Amino acid sequence: MSMNRRDFLAAGGAAVAGTALLPGLKLIELAQARSPDEAVTSLHRWGLLIDASQCATGCDACVTACHEENGVTDEGNPATDAQWIRKVTLKDKQTGFVQTLPMMCLHCEHPPCVDVCPTGASFKRADGIVLVDKHICIGCRYCMMACPYKARSFIHENITDQKHNAPRGKGTVESCTLCVHKVDRGDGTTACAEACTKEGHQAILFGDLKDPNSEISMRLAAQPSKQIRADLGLNTGVRYQNI
Amino acid sequence: MKNIHYSELAGRSIGYWLLLAFLGVLVAAGLGASWYMEHNGHIVTGMNNQIVWGTPHVFAVFLIVAASGALNVASIASVFGRALYKPLSRLSGLLAIALLAGGLAVLVLDLGRPDRLIVAMTYYNFKSIFAWNIILYTGFFAIVAVYLWMMFERRMNAYSKPAGMVAFIWRLTLTTGTGSIFGFLVAREAYDSAVLAPMFIIMSFSFGLAIFLLVLMAAYGWSGRPLGDAVLRRLKNLLGVFVAAVLYFVVVYHLTNLYMTGRHDVERFILLEGGVYTQMFWIDQILLGSVVPLFLLFHPKLGKSRWMIAIASILVIFGGLAQMYVLIIGGQAYPQLMFPGMEVSSLFGDGQVAKYVPSPPEVLLGIGGFGIALAMVVAAIKVLPFLPTSLADQDVDPHQAAKTDAPAKAAATA
Repeated sequence: MSMNRRDFLAAGGAAVAGTALLPGLKLIELAQARSPDEAVTSLHRWGLLIDASQCATGCDACVTACHEENGVTDEGNPATDAQWIRKVTLKDKQTGFVQTLPMMCLHCEHPPCVDVCPTGASFKRADGIVLVDKHICIGCRYCMMACPYKARSFIHENITDQKHNAPRGKGTVESCTLCVHKVDRGDGTTACAEACTKEGHQAILFGDLKDPNSEISMRLAAQPSKQIRADLGLNTGVRYQNI
Repeated sequence: MKNIHYSELAGRSIGYWLLLAFLGVLVAAGLGASWYMEHNGHIVTGMNNQIVWGTPHVFAVFLIVAASGALNVASIASVFGRALYKPLSRLSGLLAIALLAGGLAVLVLDLGRPDRLIVAMTYYNFKSIFAWNIILYTGFFAIVAVYLWMMFERRMNAYSKPAGMVAFIWRLTLTTGTGSIFGFLVAREAYDSAVLAPMFIIMSFSFGLAIFLLVLMAAYGWSGRPLGDAVLRRLKNLLGVFVAAVLYFVVVYHLTNLYMTGRHDVERFILLEGGVYTQMFWIDQILLGSVVPLFLLFHPKLGKSRWMIAIASILVIFGGLAQMYVLIIGGQAYPQLMFPGMEVSSLFGDGQVAKYVPSPPEVLLGIGGFGIALAMVVAAIKVLPFLPTSLADQDVDPHQAAKTDAPAKAAATA
């Protein structure tokens, strides 16, 4: 392959510019991420918008991706295995219309699990993400009794191969973290939303409910949506469309 | 009325030590079961992510509820001034502490992380009814201990009435707290009812008195101390009233739900189509636990038999455990309603009745709680004067005493 001087200079210039700029671009990305020392603020409220009409029957890419991302393993005991996210099938009793949708922790503004937790292990971050502090969870399971969405799982047996981003422990309760490690890293998405998009279904959209310019806020402002068990007045961070 | 004379259990009977050894075996079995559960995780129990509170909670809540009820006998004496109940007050206080200790032991040993009990004692979320209960339970121990001291220490006797009043109010609050653990759960249709708090209070009256009656009869029967009919008749009539009152609350609770169209499905589940829960409700809770005891206790002839009073008390306890089972486990087995008007299904049991079969370790742990409570009582009555030397009619009943004294006095003056 031959290269004249002009081409060589152009390629070289581009390479130099690339090596000079890329770290800069990377820095911008890092700058947008929250540093570990920086407190979580209530300027954001993270949430999901789930469009049930886009959720494909038989597809469980979101479940697989979530469990892969967070090291939630299948121990072969469906009744006791952790379920951070699950696919639910709905059939209208009157019309027979069938649809599916994913269910997970709905990250309520007024979470009943946080109300009932005796030690404060169940807590809500300032940015609306509901989590369990595994260090002070005593495994009383009162939060599981209180959750209207069956979103929480109790670890019934020894578990191995944990992911460093999602520490888990036998005898404590856990649930969807809204991929808090990804949110804090500034990924701007969750494993389930990523996987759904990758499958081309666009059923799960992650975003900041407090940013009026975010896609999720704009869609919620423009289109009808609903909360599951809105009667409880919990103001869920996960909203649904087309149920 | 004569002065009551209390004394420790005397003698070195083999029967006493055999009883204590038997209770020790129950305690050891319970502790062993709990170690097995903690070591392997709750996977070895029948519990799962749908039925998160299983048989240990049935026993634990029963014992905690019965504990506050066992204190009633003392309250009737010191708060309501009924002299007949006064000699029974010490045993009543002891039983209250022992039953609460047994119930709490079961509750704590069933935690996912019982080793973190200290966390529960040092981190409080004051919006949690569990957190209130931790304070209510520890307060109950302290208050009843002080109350017992006032009763034991002659120079403090005068204060036993105010102490009894505080203990009475505290125990009502405590049982309200226990009932509210379930009553405030808006997410599940079988709970979420304010009537559960007063229902738990009346359940405590009934269960606590049934256990008290059995312990009283056993203690006096086996130690050969006299126990008159006057005390027993009064207590068994009271038990009958309490059993009827529980039944009334159960009816009100279900009628309220039946009136709400949205709750028809959960009522149909418990009352008609719930399989084991429906059977337990009608046969164990209503028939054996309420109707038969009422018949035995108020039957003009059978009601006088001590055996029948004992059988009725055992049935009330059995029915109470069944009631707890139907409420706690039946209430969880019924699927949570998230999508009204939809048939729901998933790999996680959505829309289906959750399956649960109690496992041996769970049952052993629960029975171990009874073992702890009874072993405490058996040990305590040996070392401290909890029991009056005699509960014979002429020693406890002012009217009986007057009747028997009158001819004696007449003879003396003659």
